[in-house]
Amino acid sequence: MDLQTSKGSNPKLHQAQSSPTVRQLKSETKSSLVTAEAERHSLIKSEEAGVQLNLSELWSYRELLYFLTLRDIKVRYKQTLMGVAWVIIQPLTTMLIFTLVFNRFVRLDAGSLPYPLFALSGLLLWLFFANAVTNSTHSLISNANLITKVYFPRMFIPAASVAAGVVDLLVAFLLLIVMVFYYGITLTSNLLLLPLFILMMTLLALGVGLLSAALTVKYRDLRHALPFIIQLWMFASPVIYPASIVPAGWKWLLTINPAAGIIEGFRASLAGDAFNWKQVGISAVITSVLLVCSVYVFRRFEDTFADVV
Amino acid sequence: MKPAIKIEHISKRYRIGGLHPGYMTFREMLGGVLTAPFRKLKNGNGHQTIWALTDVNLQIGQGELVGIIGHNGAGKSTLLKILSRVTKPTTGEVKLFGRIGSLLEVGTGFHPDLTGRENIFLSGAILGMRRTEIERKFDEIVAFSELEKFIETSVKWYSSGMYVRLAFSVAAHLDPEILMMDEVLAVGDAAFQQKCLDKMHDIRQQGRTILFVSHDMTAITRLCKSVVLLENGRVVCDGEPREVVNRYLSSAFKTGASREWADTTDAPGDSVVRLRRVRVRNESGETISVVDIRRPFGIDVTYEVRQEGHALVPVIEFYNEEGAELFSSHDANSEWRRNPRPRATYTSTVWIPGNLLAEGSLIAHASVMSHFPSTIVHAYERNAVAFQVVDSPAGDSARGDYIGPMPGLLRPLLNWTTEQNRTDGQ
Repeated sequence: MDLQTSKGSNPKLHQAQSSPTVRQLKSETKSSLVTAEAERHSLIKSEEAGVQLNLSELWSYRELLYFLTLRDIKVRYKQTLMGVAWVIIQPLTTMLIFTLVFNRFVRLDAGSLPYPLFALSGLLLWLFFANAVTNSTHSLISNANLITKVYFPRMFIPAASVAAGVVDLLVAFLLLIVMVFYYGITLTSNLLLLPLFILMMTLLALGVGLLSAALTVKYRDLRHALPFIIQLWMFASPVIYPASIVPAGWKWLLTINPAAGIIEGFRASLAGDAFNWKQVGISAVITSVLLVCSVYVFRRFEDTFADVV
Repeated sequence: MKPAIKIEHISKRYRIGGLHPGYMTFREMLGGVLTAPFRKLKNGNGHQTIWALTDVNLQIGQGELVGIIGHNGAGKSTLLKILSRVTKPTTGEVKLFGRIGSLLEVGTGFHPDLTGRENIFLSGAILGMRRTEIERKFDEIVAFSELEKFIETSVKWYSSGMYVRLAFSVAAHLDPEILMMDEVLAVGDAAFQQKCLDKMHDIRQQGRTILFVSHDMTAITRLCKSVVLLENGRVVCDGEPREVVNRYLSSAFKTGASREWADTTDAPGDSVVRLRRVRVRNESGETISVVDIRRPFGIDVTYEVRQEGHALVPVIEFYNEEGAELFSSHDANSEWRRNPRPRATYTSTVWIPGNLLAEGSLIAHASVMSHFPSTIVHAYERNAVAFQVVDSPAGDSARGDYIGPMPGLLRPLLNWTTEQNRTDGQ
């Protein structure tokens, strides 16, 4: 029956008006039946079936990410004597050391920001990145007992390590705010883009973290190489020095390094300097491509985690 | 019956060998990449593979309580891991009809530094519960665990019993349509185990499907309606518990309820006596492998006396699965015990009364000796027969209507009397 066209001049007007509710009810029961059926029916495929991204599954387990992140944060702060203070102490002392070296021993021109603030803004992002990558790399192995005993999307284990790092970053941010007021920096509308760079850094950390976590399960000695790689990466990024002092012949290194664009962008939004949009764009593209590749590799390796971890 | 689980041609291969069991080093991988083009020239790549499961096909109906048994390494845990999606099968497919809850371990996801409350939420989420669901059931979970006073304490301060109680409580409130368990009942004190069994009963009453892996033959025979026996990664037997358990026992102890030596020269014994047959029998003379704890049963020893003039005594010794000797018994009554026997074949039967043995797997050693003038063992067969004693849930055995585990090597049905004493006021 075609109710839509019968509306209007049709004598069965009453029926036509009431029918949408009936139809709505019907379609609702139908859809709920469909979801019930979908939940009821699941298929376990073999290793031969190949990689499935299965993003809807990630969504249905989203609360688990929250609980795992909460666990990581709680456990970290419960275990340490000084708790939350560590999140401040690490960037603060690192900043003081670099200030001593690059501001007292070597006079380095850091542009529009005073050097301590310059160093701190770079270090906050970098320490977040380094800790997030390190923690997520180790996360699968230290959660082996979970992986071998219960199923859930394994991606959430390294992802929770990164998410816990974000919380640390936000706490450490208090230090930055204090410094901004101390130096009387005038904030501009650039500040509105600050969260964007934090998000980009988070995605970059997630991309690198997922990849190295998956590879570490299979190739154990990777975790010994990791601190070294991260240190090299830091010196290849404008964390403690400004990108402006890099000689022209070496600029390409900053261009292909997504962390460089993010850190420079973060500083620019703080200092009110003009953004290097080209650099930010390249960083965004590289970060996205890396993340997609990492998710794919992770999914590919995921099936064998329980067997080899 | 509607199926709850359909397992189709599941196989699982594991790589073993090499320096490391599963993973390799990055250096090895780099080396592997370089040598890969030449690898085909060599024989194999140093890794051996084993098949933990081979072409397993099973269909489990909705509302069934199915036990999975098998020796260590038979593939039980691998099968459960595949069904609970911890690992993927190498080939094959599984169709699951309903929400899965799996308990491969008690306390999955617990973190020692978190409080009981925090762990309930964490473990619940890991096991697949929604936050709202955990919030709704929270009080119930805490009440079930009887840990109200300690719920804000870190679980690292818990005793192991408390830990298990909390962990099982979370798991028991999963409400899955299909529940898979791997020997989780082997933990906790008797009272708590009772509670867990009750909970399993409840779950079954609600028409849910339970898959239960265990070494505990008694729990399996008592609880399950159907049992699957795995051997070397294959399903060798699937069906009625008594039958399957018997099959398992006979492969476990290399013997079953009956043992016969057709060829006299192979039979245990010497020039005086040779054993011919040992078997477990019921009152009507049928060979049985599963003994009802309430019923008397006999063990027949059939032996051939090949030299006359010896006074012979048949002896049966009873051992449990752990190798503890329960008792031994010899013929101290019959007219033959002091009299030299003529050459013939004899069958002696020892009768074990009902309501004496504890449930479990028992093994009997059979021998024929002469005591006079000196003790000589003429024929001796260790592990001659094996059988299973099964307690009854009917309420007329020593366990009454208690369904939890009972300790002890024996389980005699004894008389209890209770008198009401005068109350203090009178």
